[in-house]
Formats: sequence, structure tokens, C-alpha cells
Amino acid sequence: MSVVTLTINGQDVSARDDATVLQAAREAGIHIPVLCYLEGLSAVGACRLCLVEVAGVNRLLPACTTRVQEGMEVHTDTPRLQTYRRHIIELLFAERNHVCAVCVANGNCELQSLAIEVGMDHVRYDYVFPSLGMDLTHERFGLDHNRCILCTRCVRACDEIEGAHTLDVLGRGAKARIVTDLNMPWGESPTCTSCGKCAMACPTGAIFKQGSTVAEMVHHPEKLAFLKTARERREWRV
Amino acid sequence: MTTRRVVIDPVTRIEGHAKISIFLDEDGEVRDAQFHVTEFRGFEKFCEGRPLAEMAGITARVCGICPVSHILASAKAGDDIFAVDIPPAAEKLRRLMNLGQIVQSHALSFFHLSSPDLLLGFDSDPAQRNLFGLIAQHPEFARGGIRLRQFGQEIIELLGGRKIHPAWAVPGGVREPLAPEKRDHILSRVPEARQTVLDALAFFKRYIAEHREEVEHFGNFPTLFLGLVSKDGAQWEHYDGYLRVMDSEGNILVDGHDPRRYTEIIGEAVEPHSYLKSPYFKPWGYPEGAYRVGPLARLNLCTRIGTPLADAELAEFRQHGNARGVVLSSFMYHYARLIEILAATERIELLLHDPDILSPHVRAGGAINKLEGVGVSEAPRGTLLHHYQVDPHGMVRRVNLIIATGQNNLAMNRTVKQIAQHWIHGARDAKIPEGLLNRVEAGIRAFDPCLSCSTHAVGQMPLIVRLFDAHGQLLDEVRRD
Ligand code: SF4
Ligand code: SF4
Ligand code: FES
Repeated sequence: MSVVTLTINGQDVSARDDATVLQAAREAGIHIPVLCYLEGLSAVGACRLCLVEVAGVNRLLPACTTRVQEGMEVHTDTPRLQTYRRHIIELLFAERNHVCAVCVANGNCELQSLAIEVGMDHVRYDYVFPSLGMDLTHERFGLDHNRCILCTRCVRACDEIEGAHTLDVLGRGAKARIVTDLNMPWGESPTCTSCGKCAMACPTGAIFKQGSTVAEMVHHPEKLAFLKTARERREWRV
Repeated sequence: MTTRRVVIDPVTRIEGHAKISIFLDEDGEVRDAQFHVTEFRGFEKFCEGRPLAEMAGITARVCGICPVSHILASAKAGDDIFAVDIPPAAEKLRRLMNLGQIVQSHALSFFHLSSPDLLLGFDSDPAQRNLFGLIAQHPEFARGGIRLRQFGQEIIELLGGRKIHPAWAVPGGVREPLAPEKRDHILSRVPEARQTVLDALAFFKRYIAEHREEVEHFGNFPTLFLGLVSKDGAQWEHYDGYLRVMDSEGNILVDGHDPRRYTEIIGEAVEPHSYLKSPYFKPWGYPEGAYRVGPLARLNLCTRIGTPLADAELAEFRQHGNARGVVLSSFMYHYARLIEILAATERIELLLHDPDILSPHVRAGGAINKLEGVGVSEAPRGTLLHHYQVDPHGMVRRVNLIIATGQNNLAMNRTVKQIAQHWIHGARDAKIPEGLLNRVEAGIRAFDPCLSCSTHAVGQMPLIVRLFDAHGQLLDEVRRD
């Protein structure tokens, strides 16, 4: 491992050469908004919220999957990026049915916080109002497709940390849905261990504890990173 | 039969207007009047497919005028589906919140919305006939009313969090116990609240002695009354109990009726001019089975209130009734509201001194144990019923809500008709007379309907009144924004 030096928003930053731009920025205390990225899970670069500008590169690059390089010049908060981010958030809202006032995650939702952060005061796209159901068959957890942003954090938590791989994505594009096993009711899943890691990982009110009332669902994404690190360092010596 | 039509009517396209149609007959006399309610559309559909636990939040938000009442009825329907008895502290806290709601809602109705008419006169300058005019001319009275409402609001906020937590009451209980400091704070404010309402009662009693005409002509007619009374001794009740139905002669037609079996006594008619269902007393059919709910009904129905000050007032109130002590004039809703505020201050005090009230045990766990549940409570405006059917996983399949304003709908129509009949006579080239709007507004206000048009305006209610002749020709329209 060696160390590289780069600049982020004009600030000199050094990082391990296998680090991502996001990790280097976080290390240096520079905030880059993310949604699909969650510490402790693999990065998939799906939501594009963490896009940054890199001098000499035409395209915008996702900070969560882009490796640092020596001499790299990164900008994380240009007007162009701000505009794109706001559009991304608006599209996420327009795509499904988010009624924050009655949502279990109200006040504790990453999508909602980001909407505030990017200054979304209204949505300029037509709402799609898809007719989506929910799965309440599991005795401990519910899945509401109306609030799912397809970040796949639940899928990765289930696969990479719990090792059950109960959850996955079915279909493509606008038709994509989170499914359990071979698209069966969650309550009938032969693989689900009811561990609840998906509910910890979910950034919105899409996966919640059964019986949660408005604003009652608190997520604990940090527990996943803790598990991962503890396991890697064999902190429990099993 | 052909009739002419006078419309005082809330035009659908103008949100927040109360729309009233008045229909004349061939002789130009008022044949009928309708108060159109255009809210609550698609309300019940909106809930279907959602989990039971979300219902309190959804109903409170969609029907935002009295969120607390919906939260309570919804949580109670959830208790029924969970098939649990909630902890004693939870029931007492829910009662406390409902009393806070009754105080704040009644204070808003009486002091902010109706007393400008009473104190400044129906024909006073409309620009002055509002809360601000009242503050200018009767500062003590107005300030007392404002503080009284704040007292009620404060109880709600102290319990449910700032801005009324949309899901403070949940199936199985409530989300948070009461802290001792909060109890002490509420207690410290009771004496002032009580004095304010006693003063208002004294004022109102003088007022009715001097204004027989209003009392006689504001919806003074026989109807049935429906509401909850307590399980023990049929006392005044606002949170639980049995349904009771009484006729205008004071005969008890239904008693000790489990609210879960409400469909046996309440039928629901849908009229084309309104999105609101018009519930009626089933055994009498529609529209003969029109009944009134709310403060007037509750005071007519109960044997007694159960607290000394309020019971003394109740005895006096009943002297304004017929031979059996049944008070029929809708104008007396105001009076009943004041007595209920007084009762609430007494009950709040009792509850806060109850040793259970600070208990940390406020929420029973539960699961879907029944596929159907009914929750009932007395909202400030009247009996509120939530009826849910769920699947075995708690997904809501069907919702039926019976709300106070719907139940009073038929009586509100009759009130408007009675006022119009008093004011419009034989005019073939009929115009909507000056002064009618204010009276009609006051007639509707007596019921305190839960329409945004009736509560958002500190000044006048936005109204559209239309007058139709016997052939359905529009004769006149008056609009006030
Ligand atoms: S998931 Fe988040 S953004 Fe969506 S409705 Fe719930 S609180 Fe709002
Ligand atoms: S359920 Fe939650 S974690 Fe899973 S994809 Fe949807 S939003 Fe992401
Ligand atoms: S956080 Fe990087 S693409 Fe989603």
C-alpha cells in the first residue's frame, strides 16, 4: 500500500492508493452526499448522487466507486453538481409514492434529509404515481415498494453481511422491484433469517418493523459497518 | 313538483367555500335548502392497502381539522383488532388528550368564530365582526378566550409533542408516558381556564335571555340525538362507552348499544349534491331518522355529567328544554360547548391527580388477532367511528368512517332551511336578502362543522349562496370570499 496526494475542492488530501474518492473525502472531513453507498457494504455506484468532477476527465465520476490517483483534482460541490443532485432527488420522488407526513421514516429518512440538503422545494417532473403494493407477510418486517428507491442496500446487507441472499432485484428500469427469493411473499421465504439487517440498511421507509407508526422507524445503518469491521478484525475470536 | 331554488352553496371549484342552495316553490316560498359539503372525497380509499399501524397518522393528516379525534378513534380500532386491553395510564392519557382537544376546539368555535356575532351583533360592520374587532371592543373577553384555547392546545402538545404528533396514540396505547413537570404545568393552568369559561357562561346566559329570536330560529326543530354515554350510569362520556339514541321527547330509543354493532342502528345515505354521506337512524329510515351529534346531543343524552360545577350548569341548561328537559335549538350548541369546556376542566384536574397518570406502562404489545375492528370516540363535534377490516397481516382492506359533520348534515340542511324560510318570503323576483348570509353562516357555525372553510377564517366564512326558482333557474347568487 502506498499513499497518494490529491486535492479535493482545492484542499490537499492524502489517502491510501486503494481508497475511493469518497473515502478520501470523508477522511478529510469533506461531505459528499450518498444514497446507495453504505459503509460496510460493497459500493455499486447506482444512485449517482455522489458524482464529482475530476479535472481532465470529461464525464462525472461517482466518488463511491472511483479510486484516488496521484495528483487528482476533485471538485465535489460545483453548481453543475448541485443541479444534477437536485434533479436526481426529484426523480426519485417523482418515481414512487412518497408521502412523508404519514411515513414511518418521517424525520429519519436519508432521502428526505437529502431533499432538504439539496434544497428541493418542489418536484419539477410529473409524478408517476405508480400503483405499487406492499408486502406485510413477514412477521417482523414490512416492505413498501412505494418508498423504495432501489438503492439495493438491503440486497447487499442480506447477501454480504448476513449471507442469506433472500433479497434481490427483479425486472429492469422502471419495472424493477425488490423481491424475496423467487418473488414469493416474504413471510414464506425459506432463506430469510429474520435478522433485520435489511431494515437497518434501508435509507427510507421502504423496509420497516411491523407495527411502526408514523415517524417511528429508526434505522441503524452504522451497525452494519460495525459488524463488518469486527468480523474482519476477528474481534470476537470465534 | 317543480320548485324554485335559492342556493347558498359551496361551489366545488372554489376550495374552502361553504356552498348553500336555497330552493323556492311556485309561490316563492322556501321549499328546501342544502348545505353542500365537498370535502372528504376519496378519503377512505386512500387508506386501503396500508398497514393498520399507519392508519392513525393517515386519517389524522387527511382530515386535518380535528386530528386528535381521528388519532384516538383509529388507535381504538387498532386496540380492537389487536384484541388487547390497553394499560390504565394509556387510557387516562388518551382521555386527557381528548379533553384538551375538546377545550381547544370548543374555545375556537365559541370565542374566535362565534362570539363576534354574539357580542358585536349580526348586523355590525363585517370588517369588524371578527376576532380582531372583538379584541378591540371586549379585550378581556377575547384574551380570555385565546388563552383558554391555548390551554387546550398546550395539553395536546405536552402529550403529543410539538405540532401534535400524528401518531401519539397507537394500537395498544400511547407512545410516551407523561412527565411530572408537564402534569404540574397543566394543573397550574386549570383555575384560569375554569374562570374564563364560567365568565363566558354568565355572558351567554344573559345573551339568550335577551335574544329569544336567535334561539327560536336557529335550527330549532325536533330530531333524534345520538352519542356515547358512559357504561356505568349513562353519564357524560367523550372517549368510550355505549351508544345511546334519544328522541326529541326524551324517550330513550336505544341504550347500552355496543359501538361495534353500529351498523344495526346507523344507516348511510349518499346524496348527489354532497360527497359527505348522510348517516341516519336506521329503524326510522331516511330522512326521517335524521339525528344530531355533538355537544348538544351529549348533554341531552347523559343522565349527568359527573362533576359538580358542570352538573349545576347542566341542570340550568335543561330548563331551556321542553317538558322533558330536551334542548332542541341548535343555537344552544354554543351553550353546550361552554358547559363541556367546564366539564373538561374538572375532568382534567381529576385525571392529573390520578396516581396512574404518570405510570411508564403505556403501550400494550399486540398483533393482528381479529380481522375487523371498530374504534369510537366523541370528537368535539360529535361521535366519530372508525371501522377497519384487515387481512391476516394487518393490511387494511376496507375502511368506513362516520364523522360528526356527516351525521349533522341533515340537521344543518334543516337549519339553513329554517333560517331561509324566516328571511325569504314570496318574492318571485327573489333576491338573497341582506343579512341572510350572516344568519346562515351563524346557523352553520352553531354546528361547528369540520370544514376548512369554517375554521380557517378568523373573520367570515367564505360562502356562496344561490337562490333557485321552482324550475331550477338561478335567481340570485351571493358570494363572499
Ligand atoms: S421514505 Fe423518506 S422520502 Fe419517502 S415518504 Fe418516507 S420519509 Fe418521505
Ligand atoms: S428496500 Fe430500502 S434498502 Fe432496499 S432497495 Fe429499496 S430503498 Fe434500498
Ligand atoms: S453513493 Fe455513489 S452512486 Fe450512490
